[in-house]
Amino acid sequence: MAFGGQCGECTECGKCERLLNGQTNDDSIKKEEKKMEQDNSVRLYTFIIYSENVPGLLSQITAVYTRRQVNIESLNVCASSTPGAHKYTITAYCTRTMAEMLTKQIEKKIDVLQANVFTDDDIFINETCLLKISTPIMLENKDVCRMVRLHQAHIVEVNSIYATIEKTGITSDILSLYDSLKTLGCVLQFVRSGRICITKDYTEHLDEYLADREKKRNAK
Amino acid sequence: MEKITGAEAMMRALENEGVDILFGYPGGSIMPTYDALYDHKKTLNHILVRHEQGAVHAAQGYARVSGKVGCAIVTSGPGATNTITGIADAMIDSTPLVVIAGQVGVAMLGTDAFQEVDVVGVTSPISKWSYQIRRAEDIAWAVARAFYIAKSGRPGPVVLDFAKNAQTGMVEYEPAKADFIRSYDPDPDLNEEEIREAAKMINESVKPFVLVGQGVELGNAREELKAFLEKADMPCGTTFLGLSAIESDHRLNKGILGMHGNLGPNVMTNKCDLLIAVGMRFDDRVTGNLATYAKQAKIIHFDIDRSEFNKNVKVNLSVHGDCKKSLAAVTKLLDKATHTSWIDGFKPYEEKEYQKVIDKALHPTEGPLLMGEVIRKVSEATNNAGIMVTDVGQNQLFACRYFKFTKARSVVTSGGLGTMGFGIPAAIGATFGAPDRTVCLFVGDGGLQMTIQEFGTIMEQGAPVKMILLNNNYLGNVRQWQEMFFSHRYSFTPMLNPNYELIAKGYGIPAKTVVERSELDAAIKEMLATPGPYLLQCAIMEEDNVMPMVPPGANIDEMILEYKSK
Repeated sequence: MAFGGQCGECTECGKCERLLNGQTNDDSIKKEEKKMEQDNSVRLYTFIIYSENVPGLLSQITAVYTRRQVNIESLNVCASSTPGAHKYTITAYCTRTMAEMLTKQIEKKIDVLQANVFTDDDIFINETCLLKISTPIMLENKDVCRMVRLHQAHIVEVNSIYATIEKTGITSDILSLYDSLKTLGCVLQFVRSGRICITKDYTEHLDEYLADREKKRNAK
Repeated sequence: MEKITGAEAMMRALENEGVDILFGYPGGSIMPTYDALYDHKKTLNHILVRHEQGAVHAAQGYARVSGKVGCAIVTSGPGATNTITGIADAMIDSTPLVVIAGQVGVAMLGTDAFQEVDVVGVTSPISKWSYQIRRAEDIAWAVARAFYIAKSGRPGPVVLDFAKNAQTGMVEYEPAKADFIRSYDPDPDLNEEEIREAAKMINESVKPFVLVGQGVELGNAREELKAFLEKADMPCGTTFLGLSAIESDHRLNKGILGMHGNLGPNVMTNKCDLLIAVGMRFDDRVTGNLATYAKQAKIIHFDIDRSEFNKNVKVNLSVHGDCKKSLAAVTKLLDKATHTSWIDGFKPYEEKEYQKVIDKALHPTEGPLLMGEVIRKVSEATNNAGIMVTDVGQNQLFACRYFKFTKARSVVTSGGLGTMGFGIPAAIGATFGAPDRTVCLFVGDGGLQMTIQEFGTIMEQGAPVKMILLNNNYLGNVRQWQEMFFSHRYSFTPMLNPNYELIAKGYGIPAKTVVERSELDAAIKEMLATPGPYLLQCAIMEEDNVMPMVPPGANIDEMILEYKSK
């Protein structure tokens, strides 16, 4: 027996076929285990949703999360590059199973064009923050300016009372800047935008979908 | 072009959609539309109900038996909120409805005006589509879209919130047609890979079992289902809503699934090697404990609604699409097979259930009347060709178990929402949806009183509803649970009942009460022979239980057949 063990002798475990396909037994089992783990472990997912620009849809979409007891972490809604279509970028912590259920239930809404879910590996992410810091402390403590430069943030406005700092980046960079400035005791105000992102795919799924739908319309 | 009012445009738009019957109740904010309706009485038959909830349930009953879209029309505020239960019921049971509610004029919106309520906000989560018509110009488009959405794909209720200024505004009306919405694909293309894989799995299966849901009736796929079952010789069980998707006495129909279903289908769910679900949604009343549900089997799920896949039960293969097409496509690829020994495996369970439960329920020799015997006798008196309408509770569970079906679209029951009070108005609607058929309503003494005002509608319309009141002086199903799971503590379930016969007679409805078993046959005969409506009150044994039963949360194959009160 080349593979050893039960494989090749029974038809039940299904492992033989995988082995013949060049996968090792352990690899495929590990892969399955990893998938199971992903399905059931809670992590941050990014939902990208496109809809027609109709009033009232936002509350219908957020209601899907509420009903399944998932809390929205951030939400960004804006016109998309496709005329007439709005884009929602929503982040939430949940399991993969839940994330997939949510997208299907969102997509079921009549005026939703498409709903997809991504992990951070599948997308380029960006987020912006604004910090208002005390000018006297900034002048007194050189570390403040050093931190701003270190984090590649920009000072966009200064007066004698406060300075406004802008930083664009991924969530962890923004929080790191905030934490270090807060330690220096100079933060007066801090605001963050929701996340925006683009997928790493070469094509835009929405355009493909719309082209497909157009074909179906013409076939009628 | 001639200008007409928005209200008149609404009438023409409804006629354009083929509507010929409306169930409704007028009020302030819908008055212009009712005024226009006055001129359309010949084409739009308006049935005045006695409460707005009745309008929606009647539209549901009409839709369920006719396959057409049911239409209800009510006023704003309380009129609209009274329709909520029916809309939620239609949503969970996939019933095509269009509910038109009046609304205050746009200038008043958001000001807490008299009889103003945020109807779109309230109904969005429980409807397939909810839209506010703010201008007369939008009426033709919105109505066409509403009917298209309600009846296509997985059907459901649509709400049109009709602002008063849109009703009175002048418009050049042109009929609109909706058969395409780019964000909504009600008839998805079949995936050939899925079809091939499904056929392969079925061909390889030695113990296949099919779960039949209402999707088969909604998709008009009864013939396709039968061909599918017969070619591969596969036994099936049905959900409550799928009861008339296949004849009750079909060789391969093994009975009802779930909590109060039959023993065979429930046990065999956990013995089959392939479970094939068609147009059903694995409701918790059907599956019991999910952790032990059909774990030994591979599962295929046919559905038109993608969001149902892997929602409650993880499946090995989902087949997305209209089951009329997908079943036919898979059937083509099936090998002709016979599964005689597998099918024979149902017999011992059928015999056991007959002996321990069914025989006792249908053929008692002493004691008060039982629901089961009454229902079966009524069913047989219609040659099993009647329409069964039920309320909710023991009357519903017994009716679903013991009524028999030979014809399509014969089940009108509130499955998902379990709405007490559904029965009477739904039965009224059914008489209009299927005027040539016998409509039998089974209702308890609890549910009857929830919509008893619709006796007025029955009286006015002469609606030939054969009402069988199964009176046990209890809220029977809750009492049963109290007996079984709450230590016999009958917390507010005994009912002090009025004289129903007298009430019916007050509405001009012929009525009779049966206490003795020996009078039952003649009474049923008289009820069916009497033209128009009839109330047959049966004095039912007070503390009877619906058996068998899968206790809540228990494994589906662990049915209790007999329960002896402690």
